[in-house]
Amino acid sequence: MENQTKRYWKGLEELRNDETFVKNAHNEFGSFEANDSTQYKSIVDGIGSDRRDFLKVLGFGLAAVSLAACDAPVKKSIPYLNKPTDTFPSIADWYASTYAEGGDYASVLVKTREGRPIKIEGNKQSSVSKGGVSARAHASLLALYDAEKLKGPKKGEADAEWDTVDKEISAQLASIAAKGGQIRIVSSSILSPSTKAVIADFTAKYPTTQHITYDVNSVAGLVKANGDSFGKAIVPSYDFSKAKVIVGLSCDFLGSWIAPHEYSVQYVAGRKLNSGKGGKKDMSRHYQFETTMSLTGANADYRAAVKPSQEGLVALALYNKLSGKGGTSLGADVDKVLDKAVANLKAAQGAALVVSGSNDPNVQVVVNAINSALGAYGTSIDLGTPVYYRQGNDVAMNGLIDNVKAGSIGAVILYGCNPVYDHPRGAELKEALPKVELSVSFADRADETSSLCKYITPAPHYLESWGDAEPKAGFYSLQQPAISLIYKTRQAQSSLLKWSGANPDFYTYLRNYWKANILGGENFEGTWTKALHDGVVEKGAAAAASAGAVAGLDAAIAAVTASYKASATGLEVVLYEKVGMGTGALANNPWLQEFPEPVTKACWDNYASVSQKTAKELGLSQDDVVKIEVKGKSVELPVLIQPGQANGTVSIAIGYGREKAGKSGNGVGVNMYPFIQNKAGFANFSVGEATLTKTGDSHKIAQTQTHETVMGRRAVMQEARLAEYQKDSKAGRYFPHVSTSEGIKSPTEITLWDGYQKPNHSWGMAIDLNSCTGCGACVISCQAENNVSVVGRQEVINRREMHWIRIDRYYSSDADVMDKSLSGSKALEIASDNPEVVFQPLMCQHCGNAPCETVCPVLATTHSTEGLNQMAYNRCVGTRYCANNCPYKVRRFNWFKYFDNDNFDFHYNNDLGKMVINPDVTVRSRGVIEKCSMCVQRIQEGKLNAKKERRRPVDGEIVTACAQSCPTEAIVFGDMNDPASKLSKLLAEEKEGRAFQMLEEINVKPQISYLTKIRNKDVDATKAAAKEAHAEHGGH
Amino acid sequence: MHVTSPVRTPLVTGGKTYADVTEDICKQVEGKPTKEWKVAFVISLAVLAYGTVCLFWTWWEGLGVWGLNKTVGWAWDITNFVWWVGIGHAGTLISAILLLFRQKWRTSINRAAEAMTIFAVLCAASFILMHMGRPWLAYWALPLPNTFGSLWVNFNSPLVWDVFAISTYFSVSCLFWYVGLVPDLATIRDRAQNKVSKYIYGVLSLGWNGSARTWSRYEYISLILAGLSTPLVLSVHTIVSMDFATSVIPGWHTTIFPPYFVAGAIFSGFAMVQNLMLVTRVVYKLEDYITFEHIESMNKIITLTGSIVGVAYLTEFFIAWYSGVEYESYAFYNRMAGPYWWAYWAMMTCNVISPQLFWSRKIRRSVKWTFFISVIVNIGMWFERFVIIVTSLHRDYIPSSWAMFSPTMFDIGDYIFSFGFFFTCFFLFSKYLPVINMAEVKGVIKSTSEKLPLKVSGVSKAERLASPAYKKDAE
Repeated sequence: MENQTKRYWKGLEELRNDETFVKNAHNEFGSFEANDSTQYKSIVDGIGSDRRDFLKVLGFGLAAVSLAACDAPVKKSIPYLNKPTDTFPSIADWYASTYAEGGDYASVLVKTREGRPIKIEGNKQSSVSKGGVSARAHASLLALYDAEKLKGPKKGEADAEWDTVDKEISAQLASIAAKGGQIRIVSSSILSPSTKAVIADFTAKYPTTQHITYDVNSVAGLVKANGDSFGKAIVPSYDFSKAKVIVGLSCDFLGSWIAPHEYSVQYVAGRKLNSGKGGKKDMSRHYQFETTMSLTGANADYRAAVKPSQEGLVALALYNKLSGKGGTSLGADVDKVLDKAVANLKAAQGAALVVSGSNDPNVQVVVNAINSALGAYGTSIDLGTPVYYRQGNDVAMNGLIDNVKAGSIGAVILYGCNPVYDHPRGAELKEALPKVELSVSFADRADETSSLCKYITPAPHYLESWGDAEPKAGFYSLQQPAISLIYKTRQAQSSLLKWSGANPDFYTYLRNYWKANILGGENFEGTWTKALHDGVVEKGAAAAASAGAVAGLDAAIAAVTASYKASATGLEVVLYEKVGMGTGALANNPWLQEFPEPVTKACWDNYASVSQKTAKELGLSQDDVVKIEVKGKSVELPVLIQPGQANGTVSIAIGYGREKAGKSGNGVGVNMYPFIQNKAGFANFSVGEATLTKTGDSHKIAQTQTHETVMGRRAVMQEARLAEYQKDSKAGRYFPHVSTSEGIKSPTEITLWDGYQKPNHSWGMAIDLNSCTGCGACVISCQAENNVSVVGRQEVINRREMHWIRIDRYYSSDADVMDKSLSGSKALEIASDNPEVVFQPLMCQHCGNAPCETVCPVLATTHSTEGLNQMAYNRCVGTRYCANNCPYKVRRFNWFKYFDNDNFDFHYNNDLGKMVINPDVTVRSRGVIEKCSMCVQRIQEGKLNAKKERRRPVDGEIVTACAQSCPTEAIVFGDMNDPASKLSKLLAEEKEGRAFQMLEEINVKPQISYLTKIRNKDVDATKAAAKEAHAEHGGH
Repeated sequence: MHVTSPVRTPLVTGGKTYADVTEDICKQVEGKPTKEWKVAFVISLAVLAYGTVCLFWTWWEGLGVWGLNKTVGWAWDITNFVWWVGIGHAGTLISAILLLFRQKWRTSINRAAEAMTIFAVLCAASFILMHMGRPWLAYWALPLPNTFGSLWVNFNSPLVWDVFAISTYFSVSCLFWYVGLVPDLATIRDRAQNKVSKYIYGVLSLGWNGSARTWSRYEYISLILAGLSTPLVLSVHTIVSMDFATSVIPGWHTTIFPPYFVAGAIFSGFAMVQNLMLVTRVVYKLEDYITFEHIESMNKIITLTGSIVGVAYLTEFFIAWYSGVEYESYAFYNRMAGPYWWAYWAMMTCNVISPQLFWSRKIRRSVKWTFFISVIVNIGMWFERFVIIVTSLHRDYIPSSWAMFSPTMFDIGDYIFSFGFFFTCFFLFSKYLPVINMAEVKGVIKSTSEKLPLKVSGVSKAERLASPAYKKDAE
């Protein structure tokens, strides 16, 4: 269309359409020659700028100044000049090795990143440890980076050089040997055959040498009893999976007795259930008679509390009842359980096992007689394949201390032990040791014993050392270093070789030893490489040996009858070993110090556990400091009220009260070793009768859980009895209903949310409450994997521990669960005197309808397309709204800066300690929330590996730290979108069975399912009827 | 002016003339600070200084200096926040809703109440900042364009709604307050003796010249702002209550919260206004402006809102029982009889029982009783928020996580900070700005057509009614 409007022009130039006019037409002030020179030039060049650029220049100037002002500090990272052949930055290397410390054993895989070991996992190829790694073994990694270890040899207080030290020690050993002076090597149990060979070589050089072994947690009584009964002075192999009925007599075989992790695996194998078609619907039954509420007792189906003074008589009563003889009564409660146990044991002939934790050989002889009568030998007990976890000889060690005191010992070499601290006669040794002419310790620090020695020739951590182990006859494993020496330390074996004048190269020695004794010369390089790669060499167990008649039974019975009492009125003290802290050798390990004891949930202390009834009688309440006096020795400890503890007894843990362990370990708790009794040469943890007085002081015990019962909340904890379960695999399940205008509905049918698509993966977990023993290996494993901070005692008291996974422990209550009145609720808070215990591992449930995600104002926590609830630490502003709104209370807030902070002087406060940090996981700053990420870094790594190979991730390839470290496979991780995954199959089987999700009625749709806890207990007819009546009403 | 019936009691007693009003109010602004004011101001500065030190340490060290833990993630911080926001409700209610309802008695108290609102909202906002783990990133809660990628705020989160609600409320309250101040600032400007104050008050009065046009605009804007802020009175605490109501925590997840929170807010706001006005009234000798009628009217509102709150408490309990929800029932059982029972019963006594005393005419017209009960009400309302927040959180779904909360000196110190801040601001306000809206009070001076003889001016209505001598004169 023609333009009808008039045209106006500014001047003739526009009318003419001049070239210069067109060029400058955009310019407000017309032609302006100077402008041409600035065209296409930077406005900051300083060449005259036009008006329109003024603000730009101003803005740039402002931005430049502010940017220059906030220059980030430059951290120099130095690349490899020559890249090591096998090391690729950001790619982990794994080495098979062996953890064998103080009788604990595990075949392990060590994950190293850029040359630093950062994680320990179990080696599934080992049929001894079966991939199980205890919390302590997981935590042993941190000891590698303990900044308080010695950095080189010491002579007295002074630093010394290896050459001088070697010369002086060799010379002194020679002179002592020359004049016939006695030389003693004192050690804890040594599992390493090659080390024993080194000691033998040393003994050959210095013939007056004797090797004395002692165990802090001695089972010398058991060894003696087996010697007496069968002529085999060994610790036999036990197989709990072969027993239908297990009876434990003061024996914490799942927590601390001999090889708890091995036993846990076997134990749970006998108790796994499967709701699928033709699945295993039978499990073993476990009776426990004990004083302290142990981890094992917590897992028992039937448990009776007995006093230490009754311990022997329980075994005897069991024997008598089994053989049809009457016995003395041990009180109505105990007798009832005993009778039941006897009936079950008799029925389970050949598939029964009785174990006793007693170190009294007489009691063990009686137990041998019971097992013999039950036909346990050859099935659940194998005398043909001894285990070497405990080789200590209490009598020999006592003899040594006598000799040292008498001054008849010329030289003492201490290897892997700390007797001044952990031997009951440590105080005597402390007096006498400095008088010995030559004393050398291989300890890694100037601890209670080594600080008294003339020389400390520190041995490196096991992850820096070569070695081997033979935990069980015919089962070998190799230990290889995963990092070169951090300090100027030398392996004990090398030192011994050096001092005996041999070649100190222990690696060569080890190879030769294996060539000669284990692998054989044929194709040695190949077999050696394979052994090193696999970590284990298993020659298989010898044929299971059954046992003959038990010798010396009558004498043992007489001794037991004489030394135990059926009923005693006094207050008895008994010592026990904690699952995490153990003997206290790793006391300077903040992970272990902060590890909540599975039953009490207490950390950073030992304490006097008393029963509710005893506490009431003595007027004690939790945290009261009491003075306990036994046989002239006294100790002050806070009180912890422990349901299930035998009345009239006090239990106190060993492994505390270190004086020279280091910053984390010193002064934590009280040393109870001096209280261990010497009963006919055998260390006896039953201390005897005590007087207890209140001091009036109070000392708060740091506990991660303070409420004891589940308050009858069936949406949280669902459990049933075996007989009910066999009838109906959904027994014990809880199905909440909601009344709506359209009738009664399941809460999952009502929702406001659209949910999230999970097109590719749907990561999830199933946690079998029946398989979880509560051992807590997952807690430390998670801590190591995810750089979880240690917060210290006071902060645990303030309820601020940072663990991403916790194991909730609930005691049963005698109160009526259905009573919802005020008094009923109050009564539910009180645990039974002898409660049933249940453990429930709890981490972020990765809810599909996550309450935390909707409330975060800044979208710091979001949902992934793979079902994960993600946390972006960098985006978090720390309102803690998510933590408040989390129904599971799994979110953790960084209340302080936990690294580089002198108030938290743990491993994150020194450069060496920080070496343990997993570089794949951010260390969280203060003011942000953190929580379980379902090991997203592992998921990502697994997916990338699969992608590189152009395939889908294989089930089992990706596994979270908790699932990987669970010895009993209670935690199964996998992709729920993959129907072939182990998890999907398990959930498919258990969908109409035991699988439930916590707090189903709030419909948060967790990715994590639990499988109900089943107890192999008889169904109480009246209670069952009441339950059924209630079930009809259902929950609303 | 409206024609008012002679029986209506005067809103300002003492037979004040316009000049009296100007003189009475302006003399506080123009004169030297009184001794009482100086003492009070120094005390509040000292309190502020102590609080600032505590606050500094809280930010320097981290929130670990508070008594919070993994289970109880909010306690005093959000209790204080909600408490201050609640107090901040009275100002807008008085200026907006009462304006719309033509409650003329509000003119004597609206200025101070609005100032109190602003300072209270600032105190509340300080707790929003304080409770953050990383307060230096607080601006992330605003929907600002950024270079972090496509990051935006989460519009699902009630905390974001809070940010909008509080900031809107704050800006509208400030505007309302300031607009109301303009004619009075102009009065002070006109009376100013020295150049500095003439200049300052001149700038602040925005060129007000008292013309009919300025008055007309003033009336319009007041009405518009009143209309705008009326919904805000209801929305702010409704949204604050949604911080709790939209969560899953038993004891928080309650649909009754919005009305119940609003009533509670007005309840505590009026109590705070009473406290402040009763003191100002005596110190500044404003008995003729803030009369027993004012005190009584406000006490009636306190009794009304207090009763609403009381009914809400009982309704919560009924629903907890009637719903049959295990966790909900337990949460309320735990409030009443759990470890924090004392907080619950403190709340019940202070909030439900104490305002009922105002049914007695004697008590509600007594300055001492009013002051005392107002303090009690504010304590009670603090406990209400503490009960809702702490006793709900400390025992929620999973018994293994149940924990106790106890405050540290920094929880207390940071609360003290807000008091220091509030009173410092309030004292500065009461010295440098007119505490009573002169312009509006002048408008209601002649709201009664009754003419009082000189000798009875300044005698209260009660006295006049009681004594037959006066009665005759009145007739």
